[in-house]
Amino acid sequence: MSEDIQAVLDRMAEALKQRLSARGTPDPVMIGIHTGGVWVAQALHRRLGLSQPLGMLDISFYRDDFSRIGMHPQVKPSSLPFSVDDRHIVLVDDVLFTGRTIRAALNEIFDFGRPASVTLAVLVERDGRELPMEAQVVGQHLSLRPDQQVKLRGPDPLRLEIANLKGQP
Amino acid sequence: MSSSIQTSPLIPAPGPLPASLQFTDEGRLQHLLTIEGLSHALITEILDTAESFASMNAKSVKKVPLLRGKTVVNLFFEASTRTRTTFELAAKRLSADVLNINISTSATVKGESLLDTLRNLEAMYVDMFVVRHQASGAAHFIARHVASHVAVLNAGDGRHAHPTQALLDMFTIRRHKGDFSALRVAIVGDILHSRVARSQIHALNILNTGEIRVIAPQSLLPAHVESLGVHVYNDIRAGLRDVDVVIMLRLQRERMEAGLLPSEHEFFQLYGLTQERLALANPGCLVMHPGPANRGVEIDSRVADGPQSVILEQVTYGIAVRMAVMSMIMGGGLTQ
Repeated sequence: MSEDIQAVLDRMAEALKQRLSARGTPDPVMIGIHTGGVWVAQALHRRLGLSQPLGMLDISFYRDDFSRIGMHPQVKPSSLPFSVDDRHIVLVDDVLFTGRTIRAALNEIFDFGRPASVTLAVLVERDGRELPMEAQVVGQHLSLRPDQQVKLRGPDPLRLEIANLKGQP
Repeated sequence: MSSSIQTSPLIPAPGPLPASLQFTDEGRLQHLLTIEGLSHALITEILDTAESFASMNAKSVKKVPLLRGKTVVNLFFEASTRTRTTFELAAKRLSADVLNINISTSATVKGESLLDTLRNLEAMYVDMFVVRHQASGAAHFIARHVASHVAVLNAGDGRHAHPTQALLDMFTIRRHKGDFSALRVAIVGDILHSRVARSQIHALNILNTGEIRVIAPQSLLPAHVESLGVHVYNDIRAGLRDVDVVIMLRLQRERMEAGLLPSEHEFFQLYGLTQERLALANPGCLVMHPGPANRGVEIDSRVADGPQSVILEQVTYGIAVRMAVMSMIMGGGLTQ
C-alpha cells in the first residue's frame, strides 16, 4: 500500500472527530472487533482521547458459517467494560468486505443492551458486499480482484498484506 | 477397569471402552465419552473456549446463536438434578432446542429396548444425546450404535467416567491457581466407586499436575490405584499436608449398607474435612466438591460454606464448560 498506515489513521481520527461533534456525541464508547479491528481501534482510541476504556468483541459465537466450518480456534472473551445502553458506539474493524462480520458484531452488541447509535469505522473497504452494511468512516478504498485477500498484520508495526488466495495463480 | 463394570438388563455387558471411539478418522472429536485419549492441547482449547462463554454472564441476553436449529436430548437413565439442569441451560444458552427424557419413568419401563428408544429419537432428527446411565460403558455403547450424524456426550456412566465434571473442575482450578505443574491436588473419599475421581485423575495427569494424591480407607480404593499415577494416603492428616487443592467426593449411603464402611459418623471422624484438618494444607488451598455434599459426612458445613470453598463456582463454571464442549463437538471444526 502506497500510503503510510499512521497517516490513514490520523485522517480517520479527524473524520471521526468531525462526525461525532457534528452529531453532538463527543464522548462515544469504542469497540474493536478481534483481532485486526482491535489494533485499529486502539490507534483511534488514543488519537481521540476517549474517556471510556476500549471494548473488544470476538464474534466467533455469532458467525453465520459456524455450522459449515465449526468453532474458530482461540476464541477470545468479548469484553465491554461499560454498559452499551443508550450509548453512542463507534464500531471499528480492519477490513469491510462481505459485511457478515459487521452483521455478527451488531447482533452481539445488541445482546449486551440497546445502544443509542452505532457508527462504523474501517481501515479498508473493498467491493464484495453481501449484506447492506456501509461504513461511515473509511480509511481507504482498495480495488481488489475476487481472488485477492487483504489482511492487517500487527500490532507493531501495522501493515496491510495483499495475497492471492490458495490455489489461484 | 473391567472389574468395576456393572451390567444392566438394558445394555449388554460392554467390551473394552476405547477412547479412540470419540474421534473421527481425521482425528476430530465427535463424541465426548472419557477424558482418556484427549491431548493437553485439546483440553486447553476446551478450557479457553469455556473462558469465553464464562464472560457471557455480563450480557443482558445470556445466549449466543451457535446451535440454533440443533436439538439436544438429555437422556437420563439415572436421577440427577445439577448435571441435567446445567446441561439443559448450556444447550439453551447456545440456542439449541432441548428435550429432557427421564428413561426410568419412560419407555424402557414399558419394555422398549434401549436401541429402539435410540432409533425413535434419531428418527426425530436430533443432533446430540447427553447420556447419564448407572452402567459403566453405556455412553460408549450408545456412541457405537448411534446414527453417524448424532453426537454423544457422556454425562456420567457407572463407575467409569464423568468427563465434563472433570473438565469443569480443571477450569475452576486453572482460574484460581494457573499452572498445574506447580500444584499438589488431593482427592478424598470413595475413590473406588467414583467416576468423577477417575476422570479427574486422567485430566490432572494430562495437564501435568505436580502431584496427585488420593486419600481414602483401603476398602474404598480400587486395586492397583497407584498405576493411575497417584500417591495413596490412608491417613487424611498426612495426605492433606502441603496440598493446594482438596477435592472431596460424595459418600453414598449404599456403601455403608454394603459393609465397606462402619458408619457415616465414623467416616467423618476419620476422613471428614474439618477446619482443623484443612489448616494442614497450604494457605489458600481450594476446597472443591462435585456435589451434592453430605454435610457432616465427608465435609463439615463450616468448610463447605467457608472462604476457601469454590463449590458454588464449580456449578457456575459447569455451564460454560458444557457450552464449550457441546459447541466444539457440534461445530465440526475440532481436531487434535
